[in-house]
Amino acid sequence: MWRSGSWWLTLALLLGAGLSPVITGSATLREDMFLILMLITLASSLNILLGYTGYVNFGHIVFFGLGGYIGFYLMHRHGWSLWPATVAAGLATAALAFALGMIILRLRGAYFALATIGINEAVRAFVANFEPFGGATGMSLNFAVYQAYGGAARALWLAYGALLALALITVGISFAVKHSKFGLGLMAIREDEDAALVLGVRGPQVKTLAYALSALFPGMVGVLFFFKNGNIEPGDAFRLHLSIETLVMVMLGGQGTVWGPILGAALYERLRGYLLTSPLFKNLHLAFAGALLLMIILFVPAGFIGWLRARFPVVRRVVV
Amino acid sequence: MNLLEIHGVSKRFGGLQALNRVSLQVAEGEILGLIGPNGAGKTTLFNVINGVYRPEEGRVIFRSQDITGRPPYEIARLGIARAYQIVRPLNELTVLENVMVGACFGRESRSLREAREIALAVLEQVGLIGKRDVEAARLNVAEKKRLELARALAARPYLLLLDEVLAGLNPTEVALMLEVIRSIRASGITILMIEHLMHAIMNISDRIVVLDYGEVIAEGTPQEIAHHPKVVEAYLGDPRLSQRLLEGNGG
Amino acid sequence: MDFRVLLASLIDGLMLGFVYGLAAMGLTLIWGVMRVINLAHGPIIALGMFGVYLLFIHGGVNPYLGLLIVAFLGLLFGILIYALAVHRVLTAPHLSTLLATFSVNMMIIGVGTALFTTTPRNIDISLGRLVFGPVVLLGTRLVAVLAAVFITAALYLFLYRTTLGKMVRAVASNRAAAELMGIPSSRVLALSFGLGTMLAAAAGGLIATFFPFTILSGGTYELKSFVICVLGGLGNPTGALVGGLILGALEGLIPTFMPVSYVPVIEFLLFVLLLLLRPQGLFGER
Repeated sequence: MWRSGSWWLTLALLLGAGLSPVITGSATLREDMFLILMLITLASSLNILLGYTGYVNFGHIVFFGLGGYIGFYLMHRHGWSLWPATVAAGLATAALAFALGMIILRLRGAYFALATIGINEAVRAFVANFEPFGGATGMSLNFAVYQAYGGAARALWLAYGALLALALITVGISFAVKHSKFGLGLMAIREDEDAALVLGVRGPQVKTLAYALSALFPGMVGVLFFFKNGNIEPGDAFRLHLSIETLVMVMLGGQGTVWGPILGAALYERLRGYLLTSPLFKNLHLAFAGALLLMIILFVPAGFIGWLRARFPVVRRVVV
Repeated sequence: MNLLEIHGVSKRFGGLQALNRVSLQVAEGEILGLIGPNGAGKTTLFNVINGVYRPEEGRVIFRSQDITGRPPYEIARLGIARAYQIVRPLNELTVLENVMVGACFGRESRSLREAREIALAVLEQVGLIGKRDVEAARLNVAEKKRLELARALAARPYLLLLDEVLAGLNPTEVALMLEVIRSIRASGITILMIEHLMHAIMNISDRIVVLDYGEVIAEGTPQEIAHHPKVVEAYLGDPRLSQRLLEGNGG
Repeated sequence: MDFRVLLASLIDGLMLGFVYGLAAMGLTLIWGVMRVINLAHGPIIALGMFGVYLLFIHGGVNPYLGLLIVAFLGLLFGILIYALAVHRVLTAPHLSTLLATFSVNMMIIGVGTALFTTTPRNIDISLGRLVFGPVVLLGTRLVAVLAAVFITAALYLFLYRTTLGKMVRAVASNRAAAELMGIPSSRVLALSFGLGTMLAAAAGGLIATFFPFTILSGGTYELKSFVICVLGGLGNPTGALVGGLILGALEGLIPTFMPVSYVPVIEFLLFVLLLLLRPQGLFGER
């Protein structure tokens, strides 16, 4: 990985884009980039399960929501600082995914996809009833909390910096997994799970590990997002729609590639931003995104990066 | 010494008795042919050996170890590899990556870098080296069969299960494949193979076991099998045909 | 626990269960015939609601007459969805069909939100009520139960007594073999998809006669349909109806024991557990 030009190129591009708000000091640009980096992290981590392992997960967002809640709970009720709360929430969601994965990864195909929807909805309904997490109304951070970070303005920059680091780590892990023995096992499962088992791939363990890994990052992003947001409630935390939009991003860019989720997340967010601000499409942005998704599925199922790699084999060494 | 021993294995699917108290032994270093009419239970037996199915009764002993009912990936790592009748290439991976999967997760559990070296050597052996960067889905049938074999070999197994690897090949390709199988045995790997192509299996096997309706009905050298009345009745149908096959290929 | 309250809640839940079952039957039929989970199921239920509503408000059409028109439009709409979004990806990995039907979901919700906003609507009709001691039977719900039973019976007559229906079953059990017998499988698949959406739209139309709704309301019933299909076994229409009754009974009974907000927690836990333990449904054989 450290000798791969492709990795350094990926890192340089991401870092350049990520640092642009810091250099210009623009808060507007920072807010835009916050959203894009968050989606890149969500899409890249989803890609570990969806793109590499071939398991369709409609409930990726459950880890984002749960992580957000756990972090928020630690900060709000126990006065933890943002950093340990973020790490703890990530580890907690990963551990939870590990336990959950041992059970539900026995399901395959559409059954697994359905189960992930069920889990998202069950957790959402449970949290809405769970008093320590504030029940249906959720929790809000007292404005004074931000004083510990040198004021609200500085806290937002800190959260942004943390997110940038997290996005780089997620993409790094995604790259490392794709080029590892672990990743080869995952891809063998994606292509033909039964054949992979017979070839010696330890299916249950490998899948569970991939699921836990893909849950680690959204758990941490959730904390950063809701810290910046200042409040958390079940409807925002477990939005099934965001889960599926993340799937669309991965598909758009190209599932199973490192660059696909990055490009897909950035493109989708830009497009959505444009549609939302354009008077013509303002009310129709969802319909437009749906039509776009359908076009991709019907005509470019490999996504943009997948198409590029298939069309121009020369670029394969760089475009990963 | 026996590498593999199967003791009284039975497997039912609903009302169908697919295997009924099947027992057989595979000696180290031999090629054992497994023949029988369609539906005799040959592929089911393979599935029991490598852990895809758990038998209702009986034991599978591999290298003096009871492996009955263990998951397929553990059995693969103990040193049993398999090539499927219906090829199952990992379509979107390249030929090289396919073979690396075998080396990475097989008996020797190699690192990615070592697996690459092994895979290249095996691809050379089966004559697919020129296609190493091609997506597996793009190979033709004969190439896919060789890929299937290469992937199994890269695992460096003690025992190789071959399920009709000759089916669908033309005579030249069959001859080529038989050469490859002989060279595999020469490298010290024991082979248990299912085959419908009679002259080929008679030609290459040291011993043959015949299954019919889930039971072992005969066992012996190719010559003995070809003259065995039960086999002639159950499988070959025409005694003259079996005679001709045997003579035509020098037994 | 007051037995009379329990009985009243149970009966109320069971009556809703018939309509839930009808909606779920649409989902399960499509899965049974072509192994596609229709993620546009919810918005189609919502379209059924709006169809009956618009005919009633703007055309003065009686809701139950409107239901027939909506059912027919639902059939045509389903055939259109199949042709545009599903047919091409039917043999692709299941992610493709899931996302293709979801893209239809997004389009309907997008256009629907733009046209109708998300202000709740309701159809204001009353068919009186029957009172048996503690049990109150609302006229609209009784008619909905009858309609659901009638539609189910019609579906079974179609599937088992007509040539076309037999073709649908043939394609469901083995598409390749059905094609060899000369059955035009593409058309039969399109028809089956249309039947599935027809059932969903009809169920939506019935629900609109007793609950207020928005274009987003279908989502709730879609999730309920998933639970019901898994209860009854994916692909089994009778199972869907029974599953609907079970879910209706649960929804009637659970609030008498604990806060009503726990209903979805229990429903979805049950759903995941069933997927894990009995993916073939409560009554299916392995």
